[in-house]
Amino acid sequence: MLTDLLGIPPQVLFGQLLLGLINGAFYAVLSLGLAVIFGLLNIVNFSHGALYMLGAFATLALVQFFGIGYWGALVLAPLMVGALGIVIERLLLRRLVGVDHLYGLLLTFGLALVIEGTFVKLFGASGIPYAAPAALSGGVNLGFMFLPWYRAWVVLASVVVCLATWLLFERTKIGAYLRAGTENPKLLQAFGVNVPMLTTLAYGYGVALAAFAGVLAAPITQVNPLMGSNLIIVVFAVVVIGGMGSIIGAIVTGLAMGMIEGLTKVFWPEASATVIFLVMAIVLILRPAGLFGKTA
Amino acid sequence: MKLFNTLAASASALALLASGASAEISGGSVKIGLLTDMSGTYSDLAGPGTIAAAEMAIEEFGGKVAGAPVELVSADHQNKADIAANTAREWGDTGQVDAFAELVTTSVAMAVFEVAKQQNKIALVSGAATSALTNDACIPTGLHWTYNTRAQAVGTGASIVAEGGDSWYFLTADYAFGEALQKDVSKVVEAAGGTVVGAAKHPFPASDFSSFMLQAQASGAKVIGLANAGNDTINAIKAAKEFGIVDAGQKIAGLLVFLSDIHALGLETAQGMQMTVSFYWDRTDATREWSKRFYDRTGKMPTGVQAGTYSSVLHYLKAIEATGSDDTDTVLAKMRELPVNDIFAENGVLRSDGRMVHDMYLAEVKSPADSSQPWDYLKIVRTIPGEEAFGPLSESTCPTK
Amino acid sequence: MKTKLAYLLLLALLLVAPFLVYPVFLMKLLCFALFASAFNLILGYGGLLSFGHAAFFGGAGYFTGHALKVWGLPTELGILAGALGAALMGLAIGQLAIRRHGIYFAMITLAMAQMAYFLFVTSSFTGGENGLQGIPRGTALGLFDLQNNLTLYYFVLAICALGIGLIARTVRSPFGQVLAAIRDNENRARSLGYDIERYKLLAFVLSAGLAGLAGATKTVVFQLASLTDVHWHMSGEVVLMTLLGGLGTLAGPAVGAGVIVTLQNYLASGPLSAWVPVVLGVIFVICVLAFRRGIVGELRALIRNSF
Repeated sequence: MLTDLLGIPPQVLFGQLLLGLINGAFYAVLSLGLAVIFGLLNIVNFSHGALYMLGAFATLALVQFFGIGYWGALVLAPLMVGALGIVIERLLLRRLVGVDHLYGLLLTFGLALVIEGTFVKLFGASGIPYAAPAALSGGVNLGFMFLPWYRAWVVLASVVVCLATWLLFERTKIGAYLRAGTENPKLLQAFGVNVPMLTTLAYGYGVALAAFAGVLAAPITQVNPLMGSNLIIVVFAVVVIGGMGSIIGAIVTGLAMGMIEGLTKVFWPEASATVIFLVMAIVLILRPAGLFGKTA
Repeated sequence: MKLFNTLAASASALALLASGASAEISGGSVKIGLLTDMSGTYSDLAGPGTIAAAEMAIEEFGGKVAGAPVELVSADHQNKADIAANTAREWGDTGQVDAFAELVTTSVAMAVFEVAKQQNKIALVSGAATSALTNDACIPTGLHWTYNTRAQAVGTGASIVAEGGDSWYFLTADYAFGEALQKDVSKVVEAAGGTVVGAAKHPFPASDFSSFMLQAQASGAKVIGLANAGNDTINAIKAAKEFGIVDAGQKIAGLLVFLSDIHALGLETAQGMQMTVSFYWDRTDATREWSKRFYDRTGKMPTGVQAGTYSSVLHYLKAIEATGSDDTDTVLAKMRELPVNDIFAENGVLRSDGRMVHDMYLAEVKSPADSSQPWDYLKIVRTIPGEEAFGPLSESTCPTK
Repeated sequence: MKTKLAYLLLLALLLVAPFLVYPVFLMKLLCFALFASAFNLILGYGGLLSFGHAAFFGGAGYFTGHALKVWGLPTELGILAGALGAALMGLAIGQLAIRRHGIYFAMITLAMAQMAYFLFVTSSFTGGENGLQGIPRGTALGLFDLQNNLTLYYFVLAICALGIGLIARTVRSPFGQVLAAIRDNENRARSLGYDIERYKLLAFVLSAGLAGLAGATKTVVFQLASLTDVHWHMSGEVVLMTLLGGLGTLAGPAVGAGVIVTLQNYLASGPLSAWVPVVLGVIFVICVLAFRRGIVGELRALIRNSF
């Protein structure tokens, strides 16, 4: 075995790869949401991490206070947070049309501070524990590691949602409008399509994706007001690596970066926190537009 | 520049004159500045409960010592050394704070030690754990009250090795406290004939321990030692359960576990775990009575850190009462002279290196069946004499001892 | 004449201020004023939104802390070492970041700064989570004991005045004019024959170095260097200070820094202490939506309109 030659027991290698894949699933769903929003609004949604956190808190509230089970929360939490996203777009972001796109970044940064700060005040900075649904407790022994069912479910659910989004964009009429809106919103408006409505929906959908990731994360990491705050920067790097243009780019890059991070944990643990940024630097030198981006 | 130096000197001389007017108590009142983690990882084991404990100590004196009112100011340091140091410095420079109290998180305690040394103020450490505070990092006015990493190691480490857990892998919080705890436990484990096969450092605070658990599992060690505290410990124990580590036969050893952690984990998960504690509410009549009052105020039973904060503030006030002065050196001398006798310690001794030596207790977490009432969590297995827990003064590497 | 009078008044105010207000607080204010002014050089005059300036500010703090504590350098040299280190970091990060514009530039600087953050967390010379503590203040020019808060105040005042003065000179120099031309229309500047990448990079390095000067000075004041100053929240704060005070105005960033630091200090000791990030966030949102010229920019517009 090659791995044995390198002095790494295969169980460690496969185990970390698998954990990497799970992290990658989060990166993929989050960067996908950013890509959808960026496509139509041309802004980088800095509050993505905060909205991801809101998804986790919404799950907690739905499950623990309203008695709606995990499965109900899986659908309801993204809808609720998505609706909040629509409000944010209509009330705030809409006012920035025609202003430098950097102001959109700053506005969403301010929003992130407000949302996270409020939750820290209300719930404290330490996490609130939350158990995985009973149907997914336990796990399976894969030989090289014990895989909790819940973590397997995270990967499965993420991949399904990512593929569904991809199909929505590539195979449906709404998707065609959305893509057209990315390319040339004025022309699309001239064809009688309600572009502002489309923009609002796109923001809501992108935000709902963030919340969906939050629901999935709730039982794994503790539900914690700052859970999205550091994650989002890694996701930004993922987005830069993949290039802002493509849906499939966001998905593939997200999963791949998770695995690379997992590998780094085996071979060079000290660098595991920085490896994605290193990859970003290299990609920027070789292909400034990103792996899947259109060279501008 | 010279002009400004002179100006500065005369300004401070003026200030001195103004304050010298009142008697032996500077500024006319005794002011204690309490710095703790109010909302973070350590807020349950320290946090608001330590403020309540300090207030209880002050109330015991009727809010007055040596005729002067006692004031308590507190702030949230968010486990950040810079916030703690800046607050302490400003308190000392402008707020006439006479002593700093609590100081959970090692980096915070060390940062405040720097300020206390410069300002010659007393620092009553309760929550921070590293034994360095009374060794290399000691200051003449720094007092370490509740426990330290060495005492924790002696209690839990030695007893686990004695039960056959002789190969260890550490999950260590990546800052001074984690390192100190790992070092002290390693020493004890090796002295008892065990081996340390490796360690993984995790960020502080960490939320997902899965990858570290995997490394610990692959190490094949019999015992996974958690050189962390608070929520980190709780999360690590949960991850171990999720990934089937305990079922596969490895033992998890929490090296700094508090009553609040047991409360959060539940007896079902925590039962059978051994832990070293400085205080347990259900030990004597006196501890029960005081803890009951604490419970009425806070809705929780006290942790060792909270009881220790009470004890340190109480002893500080006793010394001021006895000397009628809040001058640092006078009070410090009196504190060393008086034995520490209260609900926290019996005949505790304050050593010249700053260590408060008192008995520690090895406890075992009860099973749900054995627990007869709420907060009935622990059974004291053994009393560890102070000298054994903290080591003799000759061992201390404090240069000013 | 009028401006001269205003400057004299300001100078007089700054000279007597430490007798009225806690000097350590004033020094903090000065450091952040310099930090925001340095940041404004690249955002206000260069049109590039860097979301990674904390790396230079906090990084310089570590370099200075190490130089003073471990190498035992004199205070001035230690501060210089910090600023220089920050400028070098600026060179490395700038090389990468100026390859892209606008939002990409912001995201790249943010990501690179986060990478620097992780490097600082893991390297041993920074003390990781513990930070560097007990950094000696030393003496100024080997003569004045900086342990005295008042003496240190005038030392810090001199450094910050020099730094901000340098920024004012730069902005008004031909270099500053070219930079503004690039900001307003990159293609035109390029077609006029300017090597715009070099101009941008130089501005970025200068801005990083001066941000480092501010961070290094702050380290000497507080005698510690910690992760707070390299965290990306700090990058966000300096954006806010600059935006609130007024982008591309000389006095704006200093005013913005003054408002934010005072606010933080005031809130921190009151019942609202836990709400500081929320208040900052709300100010951010208001600034972006309704107040994009900032305090100084709005005042200027007001004066212009009323005369």
